[in-house]
Amino acid sequence: MTIEWGWFPDHADEMTRLTADHLATAVPAVLLGLLIALPLAVLAHRVRPLRAFVLGASNILYTIPSLAFFVLLLPVTGLTRTTAIVGLTAYTLVVLVRNTVEGLDAVPVKAREASKAMGTKPLRTLLTVELPLALPVIMAGVRVATVMSISLVSVASYIGYGGLGQLFTDGFQRNFPTPVVAGVVLTLLLALVADALLVTVQWLCTPWRRGAARPRAATSPFAKLPAALKLWKRA
Amino acid sequence: MIKFDAVSKRYPNGTTAVDDLSLDLPEGGVTVLVGSSGCGKTTTLRMVNRMVEPTAGTISVGGRDILEADAAELRRGIGYVIQQSGLFPHRTVLDNIATVPLLLGWGRRKARARAAELLELVGLPGDAGKRYPHQLSGGQQQRVGVARALAADPPVLLMDEPFGAVDPVVRTQLQNELLRLQEELRKTVVFVTHDIDEAVRLGDRIAVFRTGGRLVQCAEPAELLARPADDFVADFLGAERGLKLLSLTSLADVPSAPGRAIRADEPAGAVSRAGGRWRLVTSARGEPLGWLDTDALPAGGTAGEAALAPVRPLRDTDSLLSALNEAVSSPAGAVARVTTDGVLTGITSREAIHDRAGRSHAEAAGTTTPAAATGATAAAAATERPA
Repeated sequence: MTIEWGWFPDHADEMTRLTADHLATAVPAVLLGLLIALPLAVLAHRVRPLRAFVLGASNILYTIPSLAFFVLLLPVTGLTRTTAIVGLTAYTLVVLVRNTVEGLDAVPVKAREASKAMGTKPLRTLLTVELPLALPVIMAGVRVATVMSISLVSVASYIGYGGLGQLFTDGFQRNFPTPVVAGVVLTLLLALVADALLVTVQWLCTPWRRGAARPRAATSPFAKLPAALKLWKRA
Repeated sequence: MIKFDAVSKRYPNGTTAVDDLSLDLPEGGVTVLVGSSGCGKTTTLRMVNRMVEPTAGTISVGGRDILEADAAELRRGIGYVIQQSGLFPHRTVLDNIATVPLLLGWGRRKARARAAELLELVGLPGDAGKRYPHQLSGGQQQRVGVARALAADPPVLLMDEPFGAVDPVVRTQLQNELLRLQEELRKTVVFVTHDIDEAVRLGDRIAVFRTGGRLVQCAEPAELLARPADDFVADFLGAERGLKLLSLTSLADVPSAPGRAIRADEPAGAVSRAGGRWRLVTSARGEPLGWLDTDALPAGGTAGEAALAPVRPLRDTDSLLSALNEAVSSPAGAVARVTTDGVLTGITSREAIHDRAGRSHAEAAGTTTPAAATGATAAAAATERPA
């Protein structure tokens, strides 16, 4: 397999456009997923009998093969970006709902109790005590959902909204590996950057988890940077 | 202030947590609810702020039926301290304390200022305010819990085994702090514990519950200890309830004789053997250092250099129980009394302590008038053994 390095500068514009396109599908899918998962998870957490049903339903959605999903959606939403986004959103639900329920379960009973006993109404307790305390587990789900969505977008190239996945189709059809490699590397980079960004957001949102006193504290992704640079210089 | 009228709490599964409770909690006093686990004491406490709703009867706070008020609003007006503090792990200490003021719409600045004030009131350093609960010790967390409950200055304070999770030394400190705060604030406090010693220390009144949610007796600590209503209460108070009663009496009115103490710089050989085997040695300032055994005086050196048996001097505010303990454990069989600065004021004999103890019991049991007993004590004090 030979890589034609000359292909890259010639297609810089295309790669930028496809990366933006990729994000335009993946990011709304995760946000939409979160928007649907949060109320569903809160409901599943509050109303015990609903829990098995909600978790089961999101699991079943996940078992539908992705390609089949797009095909099934076509008659409803047509050959649009919406089809791609809706399909991906369905997949994010399985992790987002499960992690949010688990995050809410992990909120210390005493904190919830104290909030109620101080005269905080249920909705305010949810927003100011339960969700913040569940945030680390929810964010773990968001990270998985994001990376998963970024890698799954390419499947949507079947309906023309595959973002960087278009490069795979292009390369396969012409039996020309260079764009495939470009597509793989860019997808990987995108996933890594998105994940680092999310870890940073979480670090900024959970100041109480910083510091040495906690064994499993979320550390800033940049905390390890000096050490990494040192290694890099040595190499 | 808080009135329970024929209150019951029964659960659908048939268990009765509280059974036909009628109880009046006086304003500005500490009422301690005690009993073994499952006796309904915590349920009783939690019914006051409607964390648990009664199935029968009425509860009123400040003359108002609590079921008429909005539950959230009612709770904002009642301080609540729970086991293991129940602080919000994701909020700084200051923001934890400011919770209720913020709910009441005081505004962030005013709420924070009030929180800082309370931090000081409960004896925490100002820089603790910026920390998160997990960065504090267990005792400090409990203090924050108390500060949070007091933030909006509620007239009523509910405390559910607040000091259960800290070690005995810290627990004693926290109990003392609570007594000091209560002296100043005069809240109506409902305090739940299963520790009878804690109940005796803190309570103006103690309510004893038994399994099945029945109130057995509610009385002042001294009366409870002297006259338990039945065998259940007597058992619960324990075999040492006679001694516990002594912990309620201070040493202040127990007489002492001005003991002839030996200064530490006096030569040991010159100490007279007359006037008892054990002699108290003090520093130049008059602080007791230890008991000198005149049967084993060293040949040379000063009294301060001789081997001394330890002494634990007591102040007037100490309890009769600690005096008895000191009298029993000191070889001299007597207690060195000191001023708040630790300077010797006199020596109290074992007999004087026993005498006062007997009088305490008699008073609590109501079998003799205090005046008649005082005469006997004065006589005992006169025959004080020379030190």
